[in-house]
Amino acid sequence: MSNNSSHITEYKVLGRILLILMFFTFATISVTSFNLASFTVTVALLIAGIKGYFVLSYFMHLKYENLLLRILVGMIFVLFALIVLITFIDYSYR
Amino acid sequence: MMSEKVTHIEEHRDDAASKLGMWLFIFTELLLFGGLFLVYSIYRAQYPANFHEASLELSVTIGAVNTIVLLFSSMTIAMALTAMQKNNKKLALRLILVTLLMALVFLVNKYFEWGAKFHHGLYPGSDLMALLERGHLLYFSLYFFMTGLHAFHIIVGMILLIVVYFKVKNGSIHFEKYFLLENGALYWHLVDLIWIFLFPLMYLIT
Amino acid sequence: MSNEVNKIEYVSYLEHQGRFKGLKSWIFATDHKRIALLYMYAIAAFFFIGALLGLLMRFELIAPGETIMKAQTYNGLFTVHGVIMIFMVVIPGLSAVFGNFFLPILIGAKDVAFPRLNLFSWWIFVFGSVLAVASQFLKSGPPDTGWTFYAPYSTTTGTSVIIATTAAFILGFSSILTGLNFLVTVHQMRAPGMKFFNMPLFPWAIYATAWIQLLATPIVGITLLMLIAERLFGIGFFDPNLGGDPVLFQHLFWIYSHPAVYIMILPAMGVITEIVPTFCQRKVYGYKAIALSSLAIAGVGFLVWGHHMYTSGMSENARWFFSLLTFIVAVPSAIKVFNWISTMYKGSIDLKPPFLFALAFIFLFIIGGTTGLILGSVATNIQVHDTSFIVAHFHYIIFGGMGFAFFAAIHYWLPKMYGRLYNFRRANIACIIMFIGFNTLYFPQFVIGIQGMPRRYFDYLPQFQTGHMISTIGGVILIFGLFYMLINLIKGARKGPKAPANPWNGSTLEWQIPSPPSLENFDEPFEVKANPYDYK
Ligand code: HEM
Ligand SMILES: [Cu+2]
Repeated sequence: MSNNSSHITEYKVLGRILLILMFFTFATISVTSFNLASFTVTVALLIAGIKGYFVLSYFMHLKYENLLLRILVGMIFVLFALIVLITFIDYSYR
Repeated sequence: MMSEKVTHIEEHRDDAASKLGMWLFIFTELLLFGGLFLVYSIYRAQYPANFHEASLELSVTIGAVNTIVLLFSSMTIAMALTAMQKNNKKLALRLILVTLLMALVFLVNKYFEWGAKFHHGLYPGSDLMALLERGHLLYFSLYFFMTGLHAFHIIVGMILLIVVYFKVKNGSIHFEKYFLLENGALYWHLVDLIWIFLFPLMYLIT
Repeated sequence: MSNEVNKIEYVSYLEHQGRFKGLKSWIFATDHKRIALLYMYAIAAFFFIGALLGLLMRFELIAPGETIMKAQTYNGLFTVHGVIMIFMVVIPGLSAVFGNFFLPILIGAKDVAFPRLNLFSWWIFVFGSVLAVASQFLKSGPPDTGWTFYAPYSTTTGTSVIIATTAAFILGFSSILTGLNFLVTVHQMRAPGMKFFNMPLFPWAIYATAWIQLLATPIVGITLLMLIAERLFGIGFFDPNLGGDPVLFQHLFWIYSHPAVYIMILPAMGVITEIVPTFCQRKVYGYKAIALSSLAIAGVGFLVWGHHMYTSGMSENARWFFSLLTFIVAVPSAIKVFNWISTMYKGSIDLKPPFLFALAFIFLFIIGGTTGLILGSVATNIQVHDTSFIVAHFHYIIFGGMGFAFFAAIHYWLPKMYGRLYNFRRANIACIIMFIGFNTLYFPQFVIGIQGMPRRYFDYLPQFQTGHMISTIGGVILIFGLFYMLINLIKGARKGPKAPANPWNGSTLEWQIPSPPSLENFDEPFEVKANPYDYK
């Protein structure tokens, strides 16, 4: 993981990622004009998740990091999802 | 039984260690906001209609502009790192400045957004807030707290990047030793990452 | 002993002359060993303050009615006692003191990954602690919410809750930074040849603990911030009058605070796992099971917080779910107990003070753990919730567990830390006195708890008096034992006979280097064993 061998992301790639992120930003805004009822949150989170994936993988270079770190980042999101889910076991059945 | 004689301890590897340290710190930040997202999700599930009505008070345009500003700044700081790796100090410095400028634009935007709310008497503890329905009240409480905490992180990130800027300038961050720039950039991406989730959850509720 | 050869060059970390002299060479030290001692002195001081506050409460409870203090004073006392003991003593306790001192040594490193951050953590720890103690003396009066800060009482009471919660927030920050430092240390600083599964089990425990510190503490951090915002700006999160939900506060609080009990107990288990093999001269039984059960406890421990909330009005489904998971998380703890006992089986047992303390730990931890199961099942919990049964349970775990493990650790490692020995006979006597005092103090509280004695009351019905009386007597015995032990240790550390490098014939790395260690720990070649508990 020493600096010299670490991956260099080209300007072009970064620019392309920005375009993708902008695209999804407009997608998430325009999707709101349809009434998807209970799916709105799901769709919004899905799109935010995709955007987050691109930021993490390319801007934050996670794609080129070692496996351990990638697993750890994944675990953080899993842990958080579990905590939310379990809290809802209380709130959905009250 | 195999065992090994160790005659020297490897020298401290600053770069790898501090990068891992930064990632761990990012984990704590994610969970800090995670607690707020948990509160948000509980209250939104309980008062979906109220949350929808209240969110109409926010301007999607300002939110979208700020989203794009942050995404753009995230790219420029990533490019600053690339420039540093390619030993292009001048470009790196410029890109950091652009990032800082974008951060400022974000804050100014936020200032006007909050200012308008305050102008309408909508702020924590105001008389108007006390009259609101429960769901509305919770929505605005969360809105002020979450965007406020996020804005605080923007400010911290800016301070970090200013420090990095001067370190690049005086040469203590250079093309072979740039982990401070890398960590500053990581922090900045985190701020962006949180906003990516805040934006749809605060501004786009149907 | 190989250090004989280079005797001339060897300077211990206690005598090493750095940039500063005198007191400054301590409070600005970046050496992990000096920082460990700094933590120890601070924590020991807070522990004795907290213990005396506890004794004061015991005296109040010696008879029904107002005995030596007003009800409101009592409320302040149990709050500050709780805040000091939880946030300033047991949470940092073992990991900041012995983790700091021995984690790097046990994995063959010169220091932690970020020595200056380490010092910084100590400074914020002191700052937060001062704030917490100060909250006791402010004009608005000591906080009276209990260390749990439950809303909506905490958002409305007039006492200095903001100061106390700010203090807890700052202490949490210190805890996060310590955890972060240790995680990077374990990942990046292990000596060549030292794989994860060659590490001794204390580093494993500290590693698992560090993950909890890192990931759970932010949740309580944000919760306390929300509480503070609610008090300062009237932002409604938890107070029903402002639209909020008080049960949500309990969720958030326990999402941190259950994992936090593992921050307290995992390093304690780690200490015992070091001591048992050394004094039985046997390879630890089930190395991998112990190592992995630490991680399992850390992981599953995140998902069981609701067992503190059975009576809060939580849904029926949540209650059975949390109960189920609580029973599951008890399994890895039990695995460890079986491992210790199997390690002793057929070992050549040597009843030196550290081992005696370890035995006391195992005994008390078993009582604490099994009563935990009574609390984990919903039906029995509802009977004893918020009674002194709870008080007895968590003192058995926290004090009987973490506390006695701390005593075991100091008796085990003091020769290494100070290069001197204490009086063994007095140490054993102190252990026995404290063991008797402890059980006399807390066991009656199980009994009166089942009979209905509520927790956090300064007054009670006459029928509970016998129990309270016995309990107070136990408290006096315990405090006496504590001071007896303390004096023996101080005498030993200052004037005791010189300790050899390996007084217990231990096999882990710290016993391969001189006592006390030099600044950089390893001046000479050392051996990384494939199994750290390799007794031939
Ligand atoms: C064997 C595993 C354990 C089980 C099954 C268990 C179970 C429980 C349960 C169910 C409660 C809730 C009581 C109530 O209704 O208020 C409780 C309370 C408590 N436990 Fe444990 N526990 C265990 C281990 C520990 C450990 C290791 C510690 C600390 C080192 C600890 C410290 C506490 C504390 C401080 C409380 C009091 C919470 C309050 O203020 O209400 N427990 N325990
Ligand atoms: Cu618990």
